[in-house]
Amino acid sequence: MKSETNNIDKISTESYFQTVFRRFKRHHLASISLIVLAILCGAAVLAPVIAPYDPDAIVGSFRGAPNKEFLLGTDQIGRDVLSRLLYATRISLLVGVMATLISTVIGVILGLVAGYFGGVADMIIMRFTDMVMSFPYILLVLVAAAIFKPGLWNIILILGFVDWPGIARLVRGNVLSLRETNFIKGNIVAGMPLRHILFSEILPNTIAPILVYATSVLALSMLDEAALSFLGMGVQPPTASLGNMLNGAQSLTVLTDQPWLWIPAGLMIVVLVVAINFVGDALRDALDPNSEMR
Amino acid sequence: METVPLIQVENMKKYYPVKGGIVTHTLGYVKAVDGVSFSINRGEILGLVGESGSGKSTVGRQLVGLEKPTAGTIYYKGKNLSEMKKSEMQDVRTGLQMVFQDPYSSLNPRKHIYEILAQPMLYHNISTKDTVEKDILKILDMVGLSQNVLGRYPHEFSGGQRQRIGIAKALSLNPEFIVCDEPVSALDVSIQAQILNLLKSLQKELNLTLLFVGHGLGAVNYVSDRIAVMYLGKIVEIGDAKEVFNNPVHPYTQALIDAVPVPDPEDADSGRGLLQGDIGSSMEPPSGCRFHTRCPHVKEKCSLDEPKMQEVMTKVGKEHYAACPCVMGK
Repeated sequence: MKSETNNIDKISTESYFQTVFRRFKRHHLASISLIVLAILCGAAVLAPVIAPYDPDAIVGSFRGAPNKEFLLGTDQIGRDVLSRLLYATRISLLVGVMATLISTVIGVILGLVAGYFGGVADMIIMRFTDMVMSFPYILLVLVAAAIFKPGLWNIILILGFVDWPGIARLVRGNVLSLRETNFIKGNIVAGMPLRHILFSEILPNTIAPILVYATSVLALSMLDEAALSFLGMGVQPPTASLGNMLNGAQSLTVLTDQPWLWIPAGLMIVVLVVAINFVGDALRDALDPNSEMR
Repeated sequence: METVPLIQVENMKKYYPVKGGIVTHTLGYVKAVDGVSFSINRGEILGLVGESGSGKSTVGRQLVGLEKPTAGTIYYKGKNLSEMKKSEMQDVRTGLQMVFQDPYSSLNPRKHIYEILAQPMLYHNISTKDTVEKDILKILDMVGLSQNVLGRYPHEFSGGQRQRIGIAKALSLNPEFIVCDEPVSALDVSIQAQILNLLKSLQKELNLTLLFVGHGLGAVNYVSDRIAVMYLGKIVEIGDAKEVFNNPVHPYTQALIDAVPVPDPEDADSGRGLLQGDIGSSMEPPSGCRFHTRCPHVKEKCSLDEPKMQEVMTKVGKEHYAACPCVMGK
């Protein structure tokens, strides 16, 4: 078996991922975004190591301007802004990634079932999807956050359960058209089992649009987390998140006189969201098997 | 022919409901296949011709189990396909294979050729992990492809090569019966002949039974032992290929033969009766002989009764049936 796979590798000039990577590199903005994202994610993951202070500890003066000791200054009650920013990025990324993961899994499963089996299953699932989609979700999230105690994991679950309709629709549409293709029919004629057809034939052909869509869900759920936390329904203090860091900067005096309290967190959100969207755009081009003959 | 035919179809019908209206309801049925009977003997190539919309591809799809007939029965080796249990179906499943019309959509674009060919073979235990590569190479050799195609993706191949891969995929499961659904109509003319020859030689070599669906009598006549001509869901003429091609009885078959391009431009239009108009509606097919609306020899009685299959007087030992009310009069 081993020699066999080696053989195949030798025959194949370039693997799928190599091709994708090569095509991705042509988008310079996306490449830069990817590097920026990698650095920010690295910083967020390594926050406990590189943060100069404990994010929750009061270490300096109230609202201290940036100086050598506190590079981004200190907040209203004297905590180090840089340390809090690192931990907040960590939380925001965690919320974004987990919520995206949950909504992608739900969306993919429902979309596959609705698209492949059609009929009653399709109707029930799609009407439910329409229902969730038509709900003003900020309201839904606020109500949910009020019923279940606001907190990190509740926020993740709530966002995960409201973001899936787009993916479900996308997957369903793709499955509907794939189901009619000859290669799926060929597999039915070849007597392949359902799980093979669903997960080995259909799913790989919808991965590209799912991935692209998931990047936008990732950006969106990070924004939603920021919005919720800003409204006080999201991640609860003292845990730092980008949203509740902004929450502390609501007054006009802070906005005009103490920009170090809100610019870093605001900038971080903008940079993360823009970078993720650029990467998503480039992925769309790079993953399309027909975009270029190799 | 005392033995049981490999495939026998009796009065097969396939109706598709047409839905519409403000409150969705069934408005009527498209009678894609409306009572078709024929049999295919082991080791034989049956050509099925007809223009677009005649229901020929629908017949093919039912034979391989992609769709279930609305009525009628299909016997495979004397067993009724629709009455088979799941386990029995699994056993005959690999025996019935299909080559698709469009070679561009019949291969998964995300898989390389090795995966495409190996996965069904491994699943059905036709080959083992140790021997699968050798088996695949053997099949590729049969369809005229070299081993360096294995690690490549479908989009790296030309139409003709893909169709060879499609044929290899069908062959890989050791089928007895293959439906070739217009296998050459999406290909270049120069490639068509190669693929036709390939199918013909494979059929001989492996003693396969084929249903060759096509819309040009030229190609179909070239590969087939017997020919069946379909019009609006019904078979209008069936018989020995040479016999049907040289002595067509049904006016529709004659029109199809006249439609085969003639290489000589001087001779092009002489005495050719090309059909006018469109194939009729399959929701409300014309009464009586379905061809009477376009038939150049139409008589009054044609629109009255549906014609029955009648044997045509021919040389001894040649099979030839046609369903035309005027057959006997000619």
